Amino acid sequence: MPLTLLEKIWNRHVVVEEAGELLLHVDRALVHEGASHAFDKLVQEGRTIARPRQVFAFTDHYVPTSGRENGVAGIANAEIRNMVIQLQANAAKHGVTLFGIDDARQGILHIVPPEQGITQPGLLICGADSHTATHGAFGCLAFGIGASDMMHVMATQTLWQRRQQSMRVTLEGEPGFGVSPKDIILAIIAKIGVDGGTGHIIEYAGSTFRNMSMEGRMTVCNMSIEAGARAGMVAPDDTTYAYMQGRPYAPKGAQWDAAMAMWQALPTDEGAHFDREVAMQAADIAPMVTWGTNPQQGGPVTGLVPDPRDIKDAVTAQEVASAIDYQALAPGMALTDIRVDKVFIGSCTNGRIEDLRAAAAVARLGKAVVPAWVVAGSQPVKRQAEAEGLDTIFKNAGFEWREPGCSLCTAINGDQLRPGERCASTSNRNFKGRQGTGGRTHLVSPAMAAAAAIRGRLTDVRELLKAT
Amino acid sequence: MNPFTTITAIAAPIDEPNVDTNQLCPTRFNKVPRGPAHARILFHDRRFNADGSEKEHILNAEPFNRAQIIVADRNWGSGSSRESAVYALYEFGIRCVIAPSFADIHSNNCYKNGLLPVILGEAQCAALRAQLRDNPGATLSVDLAAQTVTDAQGATHHFEIHPVRKKCLLEGLDDIARTTQYRDALDAFEAAYKNERPWLQA
Ligand code: SF4
Repeated sequence: MPLTLLEKIWNRHVVVEEAGELLLHVDRALVHEGASHAFDKLVQEGRTIARPRQVFAFTDHYVPTSGRENGVAGIANAEIRNMVIQLQANAAKHGVTLFGIDDARQGILHIVPPEQGITQPGLLICGADSHTATHGAFGCLAFGIGASDMMHVMATQTLWQRRQQSMRVTLEGEPGFGVSPKDIILAIIAKIGVDGGTGHIIEYAGSTFRNMSMEGRMTVCNMSIEAGARAGMVAPDDTTYAYMQGRPYAPKGAQWDAAMAMWQALPTDEGAHFDREVAMQAADIAPMVTWGTNPQQGGPVTGLVPDPRDIKDAVTAQEVASAIDYQALAPGMALTDIRVDKVFIGSCTNGRIEDLRAAAAVARLGKAVVPAWVVAGSQPVKRQAEAEGLDTIFKNAGFEWREPGCSLCTAINGDQLRPGERCASTSNRNFKGRQGTGGRTHLVSPAMAAAAAIRGRLTDVRELLKAT
Repeated sequence: MNPFTTITAIAAPIDEPNVDTNQLCPTRFNKVPRGPAHARILFHDRRFNADGSEKEHILNAEPFNRAQIIVADRNWGSGSSRESAVYALYEFGIRCVIAPSFADIHSNNCYKNGLLPVILGEAQCAALRAQLRDNPGATLSVDLAAQTVTDAQGATHHFEIHPVRKKCLLEGLDDIARTTQYRDALDAFEAAYKNERPWLQA
């Protein structure tokens, strides 16, 4: 019987099946400073970690993005410092590998594992974070879980799950000029909705994804959760293997060959069944921005803020009205008339080297007229960017070049918007208050964010790029 | 985990789709160890001003401040995987949320903490919310064994639940107890698996 990539991974990970629930073996568990609840539960119940070598801890959510010379001791805020110290202590106590604040590999938990080769095709990866979906770009099954489930994974290296429905999103063709993977996933979310993928795991298929870099695939899979899906995945191919070869945790020599044989058998078989299919053309997608307070509330940058009075469904109209109100916008205004106070380039969605290259290509065209931050997703990304001179481009254009972490994406390390401030952000969530209480977020691609910094308002990056 | 069997309690209607876990528990409260403080964290930034004074919010107002059931709209609990969103609901006193749909991770987190997520149709939820708005303090009865929600007017709505989830909630069982029954299967699985992918433990 023809099988999907997802079914093949499930089948290899089932330990037992009980009344339609599967006990699945978990290959990797990823935690960050916020996972203290899971460690607390583990200790409360007197349990130990079953496979400490398969659990990895990251300092990303709480670490400051400036003044890092003094490591943990340099964190001014005591509460935040305590979170980082707590994770260090938990990692040491339980024998878990920690990518600590002063580690040369430090970075966001969805950026470091691919860089280190920890993320591999065919694996089952659980993270204490919903954007664990990112790792699916490598053809593995990766999803976020809560503290209770994480405690279960740590204690047993397994997890109970039901089989989920499968959805295939097929995109064909080359994206147009100035259109990035971020625009593609925002367009997919605008089409299927923030609950369109609920109960499903998405496989992204078609020539658009085949021709996409690993960085781009990660951006797309990352935001599967914003479409309601717990996981997104792309079948592994030569692009995947080329990215992985030689990474520290990747198999080597004969083991690499054995792994390749397994990996190459993973892609979905011809004729395999999906519960739902969605098809789109890449050429139809324009650079996107969100105007509202959920990631579905967006559209092409050439468009307008919608008018709730034009919306027939009363609940949707109410939802749109409430979003426009929170965002302090006027119905019918051009998206490019929205002024911004701040720009954030970074996060697990867009904090990789290609993202910084795309942003720098725009930043070199002008000067930032509002505070604009560039926060690499990891130390290796930061070093790579510096080797390529991107930091100089950003600094010359008046952008701030900061230390890696989640930063303004989730606003718990001290980096945050003030009430009423408006930010063009390359992160993934525009929920009310996500970037700081009372802050307003517009989600965009790295190039679009850089364009907004230069113009001080949401801008069609194609205009800037065409002028060159 | 505390078991869930039946409950008859005041229900609060929340007329908003896509309520995300950032609203249920703003990110900065993630680090708070689980405890009674979570009652105030629920919808914190919607319920309280920066100076700590109360804003107008249904869960601040009598009789809804005593609600143990929420009737919500679609896609409840989207966003972050934070389990503290469930702690906030639970410590506030909520034992059951009824909605047309739930975000997957959040619904899972509810089950793991003895909080019952009930899926009813969009129209049913809308009708229940209207009824609760018009009759503040009206109660709903939820019977997990019978898989029913009964409203104050006596109408009964049936809901579906996975048999394993139902059993775990009714008996207050956690997953670890279930898993450890399969120790032998686990050992056999792991031996074969390790052989196949030895580099994973390096
Ligand atoms: S960058 Fe943002 S979305 Fe990504 S892991 Fe950090 S906080 Fe979560």
